[in-house]
Amino acid sequence: MAQSGVQKDARRSEGYWRANVKVQTSLLIVWAVVGLVLAVLLAKPLNNIVFGGFPLGFWIAQQGSIMVFVILIFIYARRMDRVDEEYDVHEEGLGSARKRLERRPGSSSSGDGGGR
Amino acid sequence: MDLTSIQAWAIFFAFLTFALYITIAIRTRVNTTAGFYVAEQGIPPVANGAAIAADWMSAASFISMAGLISFLGFDGAIYLIGWTGGYVLLALLLAPYLRKFGKYTVPDFVGDRYSEAARTVAVVAAVFVSFTYVAGQMRGVGIVFSRFVGVSITAGVIIGMGVVLFYAVIGGMKGITWTQVAQYSVLIVAYLIPAWAIAGTVADIPVPQVSFGTIAQELNGLQQDFGLNEYTEPFTNRPMQDVFLVALTLMIGTAGLPHIIVRFYTTPSVRAARYSAGWALLFIAILYTTAPAVAVFAKTNLLNDIAGQQYSARPDWVRNWEETGLMAFDDTNDNGVIDSITPDAASTPGEMTVSPDIIVLANPEIAGLPAPVVGLVAAGGLAAALSTASGLLLVIGSAIGHDLYFKRFRPEATEKQRLVAGRLAIAGAVVVAGYFGVRPPGFVGQVVAFAFGLAAASFFPVIVLGIFWKRTNATGAVAGLISGLGFTALYMWATLYGGMEPWFDISPEGIGTIGAIINFGVTYFVSRATEPPPAEIQALIEEVRHPRLGETGQTIRLPESETQRA
Repeated sequence: MAQSGVQKDARRSEGYWRANVKVQTSLLIVWAVVGLVLAVLLAKPLNNIVFGGFPLGFWIAQQGSIMVFVILIFIYARRMDRVDEEYDVHEEGLGSARKRLERRPGSSSSGDGGGR
Repeated sequence: MDLTSIQAWAIFFAFLTFALYITIAIRTRVNTTAGFYVAEQGIPPVANGAAIAADWMSAASFISMAGLISFLGFDGAIYLIGWTGGYVLLALLLAPYLRKFGKYTVPDFVGDRYSEAARTVAVVAAVFVSFTYVAGQMRGVGIVFSRFVGVSITAGVIIGMGVVLFYAVIGGMKGITWTQVAQYSVLIVAYLIPAWAIAGTVADIPVPQVSFGTIAQELNGLQQDFGLNEYTEPFTNRPMQDVFLVALTLMIGTAGLPHIIVRFYTTPSVRAARYSAGWALLFIAILYTTAPAVAVFAKTNLLNDIAGQQYSARPDWVRNWEETGLMAFDDTNDNGVIDSITPDAASTPGEMTVSPDIIVLANPEIAGLPAPVVGLVAAGGLAAALSTASGLLLVIGSAIGHDLYFKRFRPEATEKQRLVAGRLAIAGAVVVAGYFGVRPPGFVGQVVAFAFGLAAASFFPVIVLGIFWKRTNATGAVAGLISGLGFTALYMWATLYGGMEPWFDISPEGIGTIGAIINFGVTYFVSRATEPPPAEIQALIEEVRHPRLGETGQTIRLPESETQRA
């Protein structure tokens, strides 16, 4: 079962890309449901519900959706930090430098094939 | 309120903020192309977020948006969702990969990924979109100056040009970015102080985002008394499918605007690019969640103050704004009473015309806030217009100085020559933009609204497919670009000037989504039918997709060919 380094790299990079697309897909579904389905397509029925003094459809369209968008981007950035580290494609420096320093011994094996 | 004290405060704040911008520019001046075009890739995420927010929020966001929403009611959500939702697309689908690509401009990516022909198309599109946008900004500077300082619009434009010229030419992207951080601070303070003060006068809780719900419900009743639709009722101004498509077009278009995309080149890492998108949207959201509240408060005050009242007994602020021509009364039934209000008498009949532009500018006066606050609002409007103008001018300058001069015609140019070319290109762009600001061509006002549709149908599909589908080739991309852009422009032209009935009630503002779908489809089928891109392009895509992967295994670097040429 010995693999060449090149094959292993290719497998790892494919896995990373799949994980990346998975994170994006789930977040973009939330984006579309909140920003387009709830805020526009279902605005009329939702307006019959009152939420904190607001008709709910109106609140989602003019307030709630914007807040959800902000949260989605930060969730994305946080989740990608983890995925990057898991597949060992994270960058040197900035933030996670100390963590990496701690596990430097044996770092060649720690990231490989992570997540599978 | 005393007009001269407002003028004095406006001049005071304008002078103070301009001095601040110029000081920042001098302290951040650059002498490398990497500094000039991508701020040496040294902007931390929070600062970059604030700079993007200022870059993004133009004179239109600051001055006009709340006014537009107050006349559109629920349907004003197209701007709110559209101009914020695009950042999710930007953050997830573009920002990290373009940062990893790590060059200077959007045409750089299109050219390296596809072909030289595609690069040239991208240069033309970037320059066209940015110029239509920047003319409005320079005009905005002129209008704020003429209203609050009492000089002519032309003089206002020239003062604005001088300031932008100074800090964009010496500071490049680095100077512009740090100036924008300051401009964001000025504009957000100038927006929030009156908004909170007004919320305090009309509601129990002075937080606009919380208290405008109950006021909106009161406004519903007020609007009905006045023969208008309920404010919170959806789809009274535009049919549902059009609201959907316009919102989606604005989102996709936002993610395709070159002056926003390039800001992700300036962060120190891919990771920082992702976070700066989050900070940018957070900073934008502070204004964008306040604007709909301002819209409701202003509309309520407006209806209470003037609707159904005797014209002869109108308040002073109405008299002041009538002088600027932004309010006008036409007593169609000769009863001396203001019976109806319209944003634009030409399209919607009504006795009192109230330009949406004055809602934010007049709000402090309507609510009776003191003169320094009104002066601060003027400085905020100037900050919003200048910051957006400088970001756009940099895109135009880099398209000409970097993509055309260096990449196309003089690849042997030295670092020094390239820097001079960049500075000259920006200076030239400032002069042209200033001219458009003084003499706006008739089409500008309309084209700005359509820039988003054009950006949605051109850049967004080409860049996203270029990253996410390796099989995309140059032939496919160019065919997609031309058909998407062509369809969108043609539909806009046909419905606006050609007398064509819109299809399925889709307004020209909303057609960009369809154009983007056409672009995606054509690119897909043409790429499938032709040769796959060469191996080195596929390797480039692999490299762009991974934060740390490449020949040197290093990501925090500028491409060597770009930095060591000097």
